[in-house]
Amino acid sequence: MYDFAYHKPGSIADAVKILTDDPEARPISGGQTLLPALKHRLAHPTALVDLSGIAELRGIQRDGDRLVIGAMTKHYEIQTSDVVKTAIPALAKMAGNLGDTQVRNRGTMGGSLSNNDPAADYPAAAMALNATFRTDRRSIPADEFFQGMFATALEPGELLVAIEFPIPTKAGYAKMRNPASRYVMAGVFVAKLADGSVRVAVNGAGPGVFRQEEMEAALAKSWSADAIAGIRQDPDGLNGDIHGSAEYRAHLVGVMAKRALAEAG
Amino acid sequence: MPQVSLTVNGKPHSVEVEGRTLLVELLREKLRLTGTHVGCDTSQCGACVVHVDGESVKSCTMLAVQAEGADVTTIEGLASADGTLHPMQEAFREYHALQCGFCTPGMVMSAIDLVMKHPEGLDEKQIREGLEGNLCRCTGYHNIVKAIAAAAEVMHGRRTELAQAAE
Ligand code: FES
Ligand code: FES
Repeated sequence: MYDFAYHKPGSIADAVKILTDDPEARPISGGQTLLPALKHRLAHPTALVDLSGIAELRGIQRDGDRLVIGAMTKHYEIQTSDVVKTAIPALAKMAGNLGDTQVRNRGTMGGSLSNNDPAADYPAAAMALNATFRTDRRSIPADEFFQGMFATALEPGELLVAIEFPIPTKAGYAKMRNPASRYVMAGVFVAKLADGSVRVAVNGAGPGVFRQEEMEAALAKSWSADAIAGIRQDPDGLNGDIHGSAEYRAHLVGVMAKRALAEAG
Repeated sequence: MPQVSLTVNGKPHSVEVEGRTLLVELLREKLRLTGTHVGCDTSQCGACVVHVDGESVKSCTMLAVQAEGADVTTIEGLASADGTLHPMQEAFREYHALQCGFCTPGMVMSAIDLVMKHPEGLDEKQIREGLEGNLCRCTGYHNIVKAIAAAAEVMHGRRTELAQAAE
């Protein structure tokens, strides 16, 4: 690992200032993705800005028909939160099924979403639930936030503060993991929102999270596995590698969608 | 150079580190607590697991500076001053849950976190899933699972003896 300066600001404003003054500085939350990347020298930041000293970035709250999760909230806190388990059980379950215990004890929701790894779980939840991303300067809807592999709408120096999830009437997630690496080969999150609309998001299968609009339309008409039985995911543009071809992943999307529906009930 | 102040196994330390110094490097190289192992350095094997403020973390995937003010426990901090082993250590011994022993410090630290988080008890599946972040190249895990089940009974006061607790 290359060396770097280390800062631990106590407020969002101070963190943003350091990140803005030095474009080569990077924020660090739980570090469960960033530190392995730094060890491989895939990144060479001049400074790390540790966000763990900023109290406003943490916490879980129910605010009317929304669930608001601070960016620095750890997976383990989400997994075990009674507020999350009541409002969006599928989200608590997702948090409890990602990485391993030690990753969940350190890793954060905001860190994972800002990184937008195509194989990460949360992007599927945020996309399907039509989450809003609150940053230090604006609010970004999920449809604009995710911009393909490891890319988001966050500007340089912009910090994710909290994620707001509208509480759905039904939600479920299913994923197929590579048995060795445990990374998602294909995952599907299905959600029926309070206004009756349906959103279906796919992660792991493509270069970034995407919505499966054909399934959304079918499920909006009839919320059942039968409704999507005939829908074939197009393998064009999906990931193909030693772990599975694009055709295999496309097939998995259909299977995972049905399992996610069964989870959602 | 950054200075980091933390408590390790009950003893306060203040150590000069680099920004990039890992917690495991601080423990092993600066404090000479070499019970915590490095098996992979890529967050997979769990040989480096220690407790930070009571929760298991991979010390190869945490910066020393991130442990500022933290209360860290390593495998060296488990036994009592008179040498009495922690029930989890005793269970690993009793159930022959180690062969080469390389994974053992991390296994024991992860297992204690797992048991503490489940006062209601754990079944075999939960124990196996709870060990997702720890790899063992020798034992095939069966005896590790038995040891943890037995230690859980003792740690939560349901049994006083390890023997037969896993039956
Ligand atoms: S050395 Fe830390 S996980 Fe292997
Ligand atoms: S006992 Fe040898 S690696 Fe586990």
